[in-house]
Amino acid sequence: MSLLSVRDLEVVFSRRGRRPVRAVDGVSFDVRAGQTLGLVGESGCGKSVTSLAIMGLLPKRGVQVAGSVLLEGRQLLGLDDGELRDLRGRDIAMIFQDPLTSLNPVLTIGRQITEILERHFGTPKREARVEAARLLDMVGIPNAARRLDDYPHQFSGGMRQRVMIASALACQPKLLIADEPTTALDVTIQAQILELLKALVVDSQSALVLITHDLGVVAGLCENVHVMYSGRIVESATRRELFGRPRHPYTAGLLASVPRLDQERGTPLRPIAGSPRDTIPWASGCAFSPRCPNQIEPCLGAPPPLLPEHAASAVQSHDLRCVNPVPAPVAEQVTAARRPRAGVASATRATATTTESGDSPPRVRRTAKAATPVRPAKAAKPAKAAKPAKPAAPSKATKPQAPRKGAR
Amino acid sequence: MSLTQAEAAEVAIETLGEEAAPKAEVWRRLRRNPSFLIGLALIVIFVIVAIAAPLLAPYSPTDRQWFDEVRPGFVPGPRAENLLGVDQQGQDELSRIIYGARYSLLIGVVSLSIGAFAGIVVGTLAGAFGGWVDSLLMRLMDVMLAIPGLLFAIGLAALLGRSLKSVMIAIAVVNVPIFARLLRSSMLAQRESDYVLASRSVGVRRWRIVMQHVLPNSISPVIVQGTLALATAIIDAAGLAFLGLGSADPSVPEWGRMLAETQRSLASAPQLAFFPGLAIVFSVLGFYLVGDALREALDPKLRR
Repeated sequence: MSLLSVRDLEVVFSRRGRRPVRAVDGVSFDVRAGQTLGLVGESGCGKSVTSLAIMGLLPKRGVQVAGSVLLEGRQLLGLDDGELRDLRGRDIAMIFQDPLTSLNPVLTIGRQITEILERHFGTPKREARVEAARLLDMVGIPNAARRLDDYPHQFSGGMRQRVMIASALACQPKLLIADEPTTALDVTIQAQILELLKALVVDSQSALVLITHDLGVVAGLCENVHVMYSGRIVESATRRELFGRPRHPYTAGLLASVPRLDQERGTPLRPIAGSPRDTIPWASGCAFSPRCPNQIEPCLGAPPPLLPEHAASAVQSHDLRCVNPVPAPVAEQVTAARRPRAGVASATRATATTTESGDSPPRVRRTAKAATPVRPAKAAKPAKAAKPAKPAAPSKATKPQAPRKGAR
Repeated sequence: MSLTQAEAAEVAIETLGEEAAPKAEVWRRLRRNPSFLIGLALIVIFVIVAIAAPLLAPYSPTDRQWFDEVRPGFVPGPRAENLLGVDQQGQDELSRIIYGARYSLLIGVVSLSIGAFAGIVVGTLAGAFGGWVDSLLMRLMDVMLAIPGLLFAIGLAALLGRSLKSVMIAIAVVNVPIFARLLRSSMLAQRESDYVLASRSVGVRRWRIVMQHVLPNSISPVIVQGTLALATAIIDAAGLAFLGLGSADPSVPEWGRMLAETQRSLASAPQLAFFPGLAIVFSVLGFYLVGDALREALDPKLRR
């Protein structure tokens, strides 16, 4: 039985005088205990709203949530506030995007962690402090016991995200939802935090739902990946399948827009045309069709269903919501298709390691920003994003001469 | 192009230093602000005078020992014996002003404490519950705010009868809606903040979130308002006393009443109006200066 089972989750925001917005439009997925699952998509595709809906953290007014969210067979939607509060933090916890604003500035770090332990387990203060110190130590904060009485502003961004992780894991939840946990951090810290998450998830056997727009993060951490577009899952597969044989034009477009380490110099990036706003309601066809290079007649009319891809095996499940998918690569290319994975996966990690590995620094023309290519608007002009803190390839102080070609 | 790791570390330390400890940072900003220092000095003097009045005052404020020197149209002016002269009742003016500090401080602090406390309670309830509780309480506050403050206080004090207590209550009531609205709006902003969402995500109870997370982060404008309101409370108290709404006992040395009593002899003994007026000005100025400096130091928008 799966730990978390989401079925036909729908979230509609309605405001007086405006058309209701379907932020999440029939999303279904399962998470097994100990599994790591990636939810990928560009800004506004509904991935964060999905996570907030699972947590029951959406505001009540003007929001309609439908469908079902089962945690170990227990329906979470429609639980009353008190029951949900008992559940949150103990069974499900969440890590937020911005560690700089997610900690209360006027409370000590120690207090913010012991608060959770006292709340859920009734741990006495002194024991809670010991436990909090252990948690901080676990997430790699040096001098943990002494730093309990420090305030958030006395920590750096990465350290604060570690504190957030410690407080999310305080009660050893069965499910951890991480909503873009590394977006606010710079690339080297991103790699550290991801390594930490990975290690902790393996240790604690809790399941992880990682929400991100960064394919590199997914490649490094998730066994299964769901790609969302405009509130629906458009492709879901195992990591290897997805990176090796992307079938949905959107997924393929995302992967193609990632700059790779092994690319020929000066190869132009290939962004997805248009922007997420160029969409049509699912009811009148595929929401991606206005931006899709493979658009054909049947794309408009009825929404394409999410169906198993024909070559999918039981081991490598692969579902697809597209009537005219990109052709699967031929056998020879499948082996080569591991390249994107290697390239993207190391994209985040490479920055952290290249300085140490002295032999043949990769000739990267990748900017720090380019590791997060999902937002097509940004991917289209990666030249601006040459972050100063880029430790990659220090010997070649080459300026990234990124292509300036816009969307075609 | 690329920074060395040492350089990167330096940058990190620098950015860390910029957002140094808020408390220490606020204090540092205050210390460099001359108007804060002047204001603080005035407040300190005011408080010391009020507390140590029996030690500082040369005579009792109610001792009419120079009454036989007072003639119609004449009161003894400043002299070695009475540094600020003698009032129409034959009491030493300096002693009365010194003791008057006690009443001003007492009325200011007591009325402000009551008003601010009630305002904070109302504001917290409105900010924490929202919905109809919020609407109801805020409309009530709107009604109170619709009447000009001093007029409202005069009405209340007149209704409650002439006594120090009714002056305090009147001023307290006038302050309630100001604090309530201020705290509510500040709490509404904090309620949407990320750390509140984060603490909700780990199951912290609602009331605890309000008391431990929202309230402490919303309180700083209230502190600023408190200092400014203390100044206003002193002026209001003087105003009420001037209008004859203070203590019923004429021997109580209130600055406002001292001003009122000298109206008839303003031409012959202007010093009797001048010195109590000066006392009011300086004590109020002290609180205003400190309040302004606090606002500057606490409000991130005013930071340069």
